[in-house]
Formats: sequence, structure tokens, C-alpha cells
Amino acid sequence: MLMSHIGKYFIFLGTLFTNREKAGVYYRLVMDECISIGIRSIFIVSIVSTFIGAVTCVQTAYNLVSPLVPLYIISVIVRDSTILELAPTITSIVLAGKVGSNIAGQLGTMRITEQIDALEVIGINSSSYLVLPKVIAAMLMFPLLVILAGFLSIWGGYIAGTLADIITPQDYIFGLRSGFNTFSVPFAIIKSVVFAFLIATISAYQGYNARGGALEVGNASTTAVTNSCIAVLAADFLLAQLLL
Amino acid sequence: MLEIKNISKTFGDRQVLYDISGSFRPGQTSLIIGGSGTGKSVLLKCMIGLVKPDSGEVLYDGRNFLADNEEEQKVIRREMGVLFQGSALFDSKTVLENVRFPLDMLTDMSAGEKNERAQVCLQRVGLEGAGDRMPSEISGGMKKRVGIARAIVLNPKYLFCDEPNSGLDPLTSIKIDQLIKEITDEYQITTIVITHDMNSMLEIGEKIIFLYQGKKLWEGDSDSIVHSTIPELNDFIYANKLLREMEK
Repeated sequence: MLMSHIGKYFIFLGTLFTNREKAGVYYRLVMDECISIGIRSIFIVSIVSTFIGAVTCVQTAYNLVSPLVPLYIISVIVRDSTILELAPTITSIVLAGKVGSNIAGQLGTMRITEQIDALEVIGINSSSYLVLPKVIAAMLMFPLLVILAGFLSIWGGYIAGTLADIITPQDYIFGLRSGFNTFSVPFAIIKSVVFAFLIATISAYQGYNARGGALEVGNASTTAVTNSCIAVLAADFLLAQLLL
Repeated sequence: MLEIKNISKTFGDRQVLYDISGSFRPGQTSLIIGGSGTGKSVLLKCMIGLVKPDSGEVLYDGRNFLADNEEEQKVIRREMGVLFQGSALFDSKTVLENVRFPLDMLTDMSAGEKNERAQVCLQRVGLEGAGDRMPSEISGGMKKRVGIARAIVLNPKYLFCDEPNSGLDPLTSIKIDQLIKEITDEYQITTIVITHDMNSMLEIGEKIIFLYQGKKLWEGDSDSIVHSTIPELNDFIYANKLLREMEK
């Protein structure tokens, strides 16, 4: 059963790139999807990342009980955990819920209301026409959202740390600049691109293959989010092993 | 001329179509009738290439649609218009954009020409002025009309309608039937309508094929159907009380 789904998923991926429409057709669709996937996710990503940064700062300070450890270590930990893990992975998990369920629900509804059939009968490769713009838009927008999440998370840590008198602004900034490994940023961006591809394609696969009625579309959305989260976490581990 | 020859289809261990054959002429409204679950919609999907039959041929003016390669199938698809049971309008597009969609995707016409052609089709189905509305803002009958406008926008040679009257009141149903009949006559289209609506059978059924449990049991026209001696067909036609009274 699992192998059958994996096989069908890869066949589905193949159909995205065969018998495509003219490039001009995709341009406007990609722009629309960038707004749907990117711009409309800014609010939730901002809220989540700011609070995650704040909580990371407070909890790190709580765990640093030794007076021998300098306070700027707090911002070093906030910075590294944000860039390496929290910004790309937590943002992607949040987006798996928001964007993944949206993609699966939209395609599932189009399937059961015969809108996909209507595309097929006029000779359009429906999977390529409907899904490819979403995948491209996700791969363009996720890295931008992750960069935003990184900034806001570090800023959230700064606000929480300074307002709660945990760390001085000077110490926090000093920590941010200490021992910075520049590969962390490209690593986070690579992760976000991979996660974007997984979330968009897995969710699209679930929605595109939905059959039945509203119940099945709901199930497809749930499965899309669940499978996307699992895929993101598995890919997170693999990328860390391969690239770090 | 559209011909189907020996179409059979099985889903899993359940055979839904048994060796169905028939031919449909241009300018004629042909109906495929039968109760729910008799394979009407599957037969239609086999004809338009959404379902691949296990065996048989679908010939569009002699061209074997199922054996053709993708490019040749595309050419035949451009000659088809399909009205789906639920209209299948794209939710995210306005009425005008829905009608213009096949032109956007398949022609090199200018934006002005496409809009003009889409407006002509909307006017033909009595929906001039509704172009800016979204599908969610119009009634079921209007959706069917938009579906018909979209189906005819490319000047199709073949028009397929899957249950065009489902979910509509009797008066709107008759109007939709008349519209389909008028368009068929006007453009000399080969029209195939899947239905179980008795009014449609009597009003527009120039040729009728009756399916029962996946098999073709009867073929004729709206005049001869009421004189049928096939019990399954008579059970189907005279299912409602009014018609039973009329039969007596």
C-alpha cells in the first residue's frame, strides 16, 4: 500500500513536467500562487516566529544556571537554533498546515466538482497546469518566508530578553556576532526549498487524487498535512546528516 | 458522425458496460437514457476520453480517438464541447473568464477577439450582462447556461451533456433542453445527452439509446419509445404515477 502510493506519487511528479502548456500561461498562475502561498502566509509566519524566538530566549536563560557561562551565550543559542532549525523547520511545519491543506482542499474540490475533468477534455494536462505553478511558487516563497522568520525570531528573542531584563542589548548583539558559521544561512535556505517542494507536491498529490465527496476532500487535506509534516521532519534529518 | 463500437468497461471485478455500439448524426440530439448506475456517465466518459474502455472503438468522423496519439487526440478534443453534470465551472474565474478559458488556452486570438466571442456565446445562452459575476453568485440554471456557453465557444462539432437537467426545476429544465436542441440545429452539432428526464426524452429525443445494467436494450426515437414492448424500458418510462395513468 505504502509502496503503491510512493510509486503513484513519483508518476504524478512525472506528469507535472510532460505535455506542459506555453510558458506564458504559467507566469500569471505562478504570480497568483506566490500571493496565495507567500503574501498570505506572512502574518502567521511573523506571529509564530516572533514568539518562538522570544520563548527560546527566555527558556535558554532559564536553563543557564551557572554564573560561569556568559549571558551573550543566550543570543548565540537563539541565533543558531533559529537559523539552523526553528526558522526553516517550524515555519515549514506551520506552512504544511496552512498551505498544504489549502492545496489539497482546492485540488480535491476541483476533482469532485469535475473541474479537473473539464480541463482534461479540452486537452490540458491538468496536473501540470494546476500543480506546477503551486510547486514553483512554494519553492520561491518558502525561502523568503524562512528568511523573514529568522529575522523576526532573533528580534523576538531580543525584545523578550531585554524587556524581561534577562540580557542587555549589548550582550545580545555581541552574542549574535560571536562565532557565526556563515554556512548556516545557505543551509536554512536549502532546507526551505526542499521542504517547499515536499509540502506542495505531497499536498497536491493527495488533493488531485481525492475521490468521492466533501468527507474525502477533508480526509485528503488531513492526510496531506500529516504526510507533509512527516516528510519535512525526515528530510530535515537527512539534510542535516548530508550537509552539516 | 460519431460512432462507438463494442465498448466494454470493467472496474475491478464489476463490469459496467457490455459491448455497447451506436452511431450519432450531426444536427441530431441523441439521448442515452437509463436508471442510476447503469453506466451512462461511464459511457460518456469513454467517448470523451476521460475513461479508457477495456475494448471497443470511438470513431469521430472515422478517426479512432482511442488509438490516436496525444497530438491527434488534442485535435479531436478541440472539436468537442462538454457540459458536465455539475457544470464544472472554475470557481476562481468569473463567468466571462470561464467561457473564454478554452479560447485562452487553445487559440491565438487577440484579447479583444476572445472577449467578443465569449460575449457572443453568453448572449446565445441568454446571459448577456452576467460576465462579471462569479459562479458562486449565479443560480443552478444559469450555471448550466454558462457551461453550455463554454462548451460551444470553440464551435464544437460534438457536444456532450451529462445530465443537463439534474437539480433544476421542470421549467428551467425545459428551457435548457430547448437551448441544447436549438444550438444543435443551428450549428449542426452531433449532440449526445445523458439523461433520465422523461421531459427531455419526449421533447428533444431524436434518437434514444436505453441502457440497462450496462447493456444496450433498446434504440429508437421519442415517438417509438412510448410504444416499446420491453418491460425494463416500460418500467423506466412509466415509473411515475402520472405517466402510468396516461399509459392506461
